[in-house]
Order: sequence, then C-alpha cells, then structure tokens
Amino acid sequence: MAAKKGSATKGSAPPQLATKPSDPIAPPVALPPEGTDAAHLMQLYRRMQTIRRVEEECARGYAQGKIGGFLHLYIGQESVGVGAIAALGPDDYAVTTYRDHGIAIAKGIPAREVVAELFGKVTGCSKGLGGSMHLFDVPRGMLGGYGIVGGHVPLAVGTAFASKYRGDGRVTLCFFGDGAVSIGAFHEAMSLAALWKLPCVFLCENNGYSMGTPLHRTLSVEDISLKAIGYGMARDRFFARDVLEVEARVRAAIDRARETSEPTLIEIRTYRFRGHSMSDPGKYRTPEEIEAQKKLDPLSRAREQLGLSGRSEEDLAKLDAEIEDEVMDAVRFADESPEPGPELLAPTTYAGEFAR
Amino acid sequence: MPQMNMVQAINDALRLEMRRNDKVVILGEDVGKVGGVFRVTAGLYDEFGEDRVIDTPLSEGGIIGAAIGMALYGLVPIPEIQFADFIFPAYDQIVSELAKFRYRSGGEYVSKLVIRTPMGGGIRGGHYHSQSPESQFIHVAGLKVVCPTNPYDAKGLLLASIRDPDPVLFFEPKRIYRAAKGEVPEGDYTVPLSQASVVRPGKHLTVISWGAMIYEALDAANQAAAKGIEAEVIDLRTLWPIDIDTIVESVKKTGRVVVVHEAPKSCGLGGEIIAMINEKCFTHLEAPPVRVTGFDTPFPYTLELEYLPLAHRILPAIVETAAY
Repeated sequence: MAAKKGSATKGSAPPQLATKPSDPIAPPVALPPEGTDAAHLMQLYRRMQTIRRVEEECARGYAQGKIGGFLHLYIGQESVGVGAIAALGPDDYAVTTYRDHGIAIAKGIPAREVVAELFGKVTGCSKGLGGSMHLFDVPRGMLGGYGIVGGHVPLAVGTAFASKYRGDGRVTLCFFGDGAVSIGAFHEAMSLAALWKLPCVFLCENNGYSMGTPLHRTLSVEDISLKAIGYGMARDRFFARDVLEVEARVRAAIDRARETSEPTLIEIRTYRFRGHSMSDPGKYRTPEEIEAQKKLDPLSRAREQLGLSGRSEEDLAKLDAEIEDEVMDAVRFADESPEPGPELLAPTTYAGEFAR
Repeated sequence: MPQMNMVQAINDALRLEMRRNDKVVILGEDVGKVGGVFRVTAGLYDEFGEDRVIDTPLSEGGIIGAAIGMALYGLVPIPEIQFADFIFPAYDQIVSELAKFRYRSGGEYVSKLVIRTPMGGGIRGGHYHSQSPESQFIHVAGLKVVCPTNPYDAKGLLLASIRDPDPVLFFEPKRIYRAAKGEVPEGDYTVPLSQASVVRPGKHLTVISWGAMIYEALDAANQAAAKGIEAEVIDLRTLWPIDIDTIVESVKKTGRVVVVHEAPKSCGLGGEIIAMINEKCFTHLEAPPVRVTGFDTPFPYTLELEYLPLAHRILPAIVETAAY
C-alpha cells in the first residue's frame, strides 16, 4: 500500500457541494500487493522506459537539427500515459495535447513511426506532415496530439457521444494539462459530457506549470478535480508516482464510463523534468525543485518495485538492452526514411481534385 | 543609432509607451515573469510590475474579452496572443465585440486596444504555429491590421498603432523576429498607419508583399535585375486600411503585378489587392496580375520550404509576368 501515501486527496475533503446523494469522489482503489503481478509491471516498465529513451533520443535529434520547430518532451510524466492507457481496451480512444509522444507509444504506435514523424519523414504516423505535436493513428485509437491548448477537449465529447450512440462500448480517454483548464472549451466539454452522461474520462496531467507560469498564478483553486463538482461529475485526484496506482485508479473511472456511461474528471499530479519545450530554459524553476522531483521519478520506482518482486538485475539489464535496440532501430529507421514530396499535400487536404 | 532586431524594437516601443502613458497595460500568457515565449516583453514585468504586465491563464477568449472591457474603461490594453494560430478562441470576441463598438455606439465609444501576435511560418511549427490569418481579420469591418517587416517600422508602427483611435491587430512575422536587424532611433517616433513603403524602385513590374516574404520578394527582384528586369517592391506595412494609392501609382507605371503572401491563395489579401487594381487601373495593365502564395492546404511541417512563397518561386513569376 506504499503508493497510497502519495494520495493528494488525503486531508482535502471537498466542500459539500455534491449534486448527487452519493459522494462523487471516486473511492480509493486498493493496490495489489507488490510483487503479485511482476510480469504486468514489467510490461508497464518496458513502455515507460521506451518512452524515456525515445524522448532522450528526440532531444538529441532536435539538437542535431533533425527535428524542427517545437519539441515537448514527456520525460518525468511517463507513468501517467502508460498507467492510464494500460487501463484502456485496444478499441478505446485516446486523445491528447501537443506533449503526445508518450501517449502515442503507450497507445501502441511503434517507436519507429513516432520518431520518423518527428524527423518529418514519410514513414511517420502522419506521413511527416504533422510533426511532433500532431501524432495520429486512427486504427490504434490514437485520435491525435493537438497543438491548440484545450481545443481537443470537446472532441472527446464527440467521440464519447458517438460511442454511446452506436453502443459500441468504447471509452474515450482525454488527456490535457493544467493550463487547458482555464480555456473555455474545457468547461463546455465538461458540461456536455456530464449532461449527456458520456463514456469519457477527462484526465488532467497537472505538471504544475502552464508553460513557464506556475499553477498558483493561473488558477484560483489549485485542486483542479474540484471543477467536477460543478458539473455533478465524479472526480479523483492523486500523484503519478506509482504507475500501478495510476492504472488502478484510472481503471475505476474507465469502468464507470463503460458500465454506467458516466464521465469522470481525474487530476494526476505529475512533473516534467525538462522545460516546456526544447527552447525553454526553465528558469522559473529552481535546480533544487527539479532534483527533488527526480528523486520521486516513477520510472525508477517501477524498476525498484520489479527488483523487490524478485526480478534480478540481470533480467532488468536484459530488458533495458532490448529497449535500447528498439529505440536505436527507430532512430535509424527515421534517419534512413525519405521525406514526403509536395504531391502529398493535395490528397491530404481534399478528397477530390486539388483547388490549386 | 542603436542596432536592434524586431524583438528588441517592439520591446523598446512597449517600454517607451508604458513609461509615457500609465494607462497602457500588457496581458497574455507568460508575458510577465517569463517575458513572453519569444521574449518580446522581457524586462517589462520588472520595470512596471504585475499590475501592468499581467500573466494570464491560457484563456484567449478571456484575455481579449477582458482587454475589451479594460479599454472601454479607459485603459489602453496591449494583449498578446502567443501565436496567431491561437487567436481563434478569441475570434468571437474580436469579430462580434471589439470590431463593432464604435458602430454600435453611434460612433461614440471605441474599444481601443492593440492585439500583438506572432504570425507566419519559417520555424517548422507545423499547422498550429505557422499560419497567416490576416485576411480573416481584414474581412471584419472595424479592425485595422498591421504587419511590420523591419525593426524601424516595427517600433514606429507599434507606437502609431497604440495611439491610433481604432483597434489594431499587430501581426509580427516571427521568421524574422531576430533575423531582421537595423538601426532604430532612441526615443519617440511613429510610422504612420496606412502608408506603404516602396522598398525597391523599379519600372518593369510591381511586386507587392508584407511580413517575412518581403525579403524573399527583394531577393527575387535582385535576381531578376540580373536578367534586365527592374521590379519595384512595395512593402504594405499596414495591411488594412490599405494604401491603394501607392499601389495604383506603381502599377500605372509598370503595368504588371505580382502579389506575394504566405497565407493560402484563395480569399487571401492578394486577391483583394488585384481586384482593387482591376477597379482602379485596369486599362494600365499589360499582363494578368499574378499571385505567389502558400497553398490551399494546412501549413505543413516537413514541406515548409515548398509551401512558403520563397524567392525561387517568386522569380519565375516575375520573369513570366515581365515577358507576357
């Protein structure tokens, strides 16, 4: 039960504003005792470590000029995307922000296609036309990274509505950051999802900073999960430090969405170890703050838990080596892939003949 | 005179006007302590404090809506939208409210503010960090639209925009934020709105452009000169209300026109300029006017240098139009 110590809901009971007789706060989920499912934790660790290494290689690729424009790394936040998506079924939808590489990999897009997209290659998941912020893969249920903050949240209402309408049992998991909570589109989306009782989980990855401005300077109430109360929506709030806890608590919300078609707002407190983007020197945070957070790295924690559950250092080193091969293969693949040609622009804009 | 880039010149104008007029306030995402994503407002928070350089949440509709209210109450707000691509959540506020205050109050009230926002491609930002939406605001009666191409004009046009009686959208071409350098006078001066600038005289053909593409137009014009074609290049500076007189005067002399802009071709400002030329000096034309523009597609990540109307695309248009 070590993970429960990190619960941010502890000692912060909400005001008595619930619109339903039942308490809309999701009950805390008991974790399986450590070591009961080491094979599963091994899988989660593998995904987190793959994301970490892909991101590090992307940072290198950016410095080498292979990636242009903007690059927002997921380093530090891996447990959120990996844990949450582990609770999703393969047919469920995920939709997220511009910090989307980790979500894309967690949703099953191969590292090769992610890195190739970032390198602007035609073998990328969006044919190299989208780049870092716009990863997209319909067959894998990855409905996009979006570069307009909060703009994608109402889209999740639409996909969830469609799932309910068709009765296909799919759940939409919508990631967004703490910055998006101030955007009008967030409120409209929450309002509609609650009103129409849609199978949607709104997951706020609260990393504490709207780019360079800390949360307390952008939000009057720092407990973002409290917004749910105004919509009569279930809510949950916790730290991202344990990937198994993330999975278990998101699963409770996904089950609620699938079984009773009710949305949930989840706030997960996380931390990015790098700047907002590669061009952000991050002077608004002290080195001490970042170092303290790195000591709580959920990736290291998962590796320690694997050790405690009986996995030998040798096993883990072998796994790390496999991941290393996969990531370096992805970089090679992206390096060697061709760029798209202008002939791709027309058929990717209109179905019919190109206007110009 | 000090050498400045565009960022420094705009910062200088903001600082000057804030010292001069305590009604001027800046608001936007990361504009305060961080100094803006492109550092355009760097140092202003330290000098003027958090009441005048206001960090906002991500809330474009709220930022512009609040700025409109401030302006109605006598302040002179200069909201920043972090990228022009992010302006659309505020589009309703700009179109439905900001643009119509003077009209709806029978000419008595105006919501006087200047919206600053970086626009255009050139930094591989893909489809949400590269667009040029100027014509979508030109089409809304009641707004003025400005786009400087060099540090001198940037400072002078921004000061003129702040003191102009109407709301202004001030588009800053981010591709040349630091690349465009030049001498900028210290202290106060303005560059009048709605006056285009002939940045290269010529007699054979008129090239009209704005923003970062002015340098591409000049490059192409210089290459055309080697082929014996002397192109006159006009930098619009203020996109709306447009200085049609300077354009007509030039076209009457040359009879040939090439308009260059980054935005997609269809319903772009280029089409409007050519329609105005047709209305005002059709009989002086000796060749069909030509547009060299972005494509009617989203702005691509990888194919940015194909999409932008760079010199290598402008030059053939100049040569063909001159030979028509």
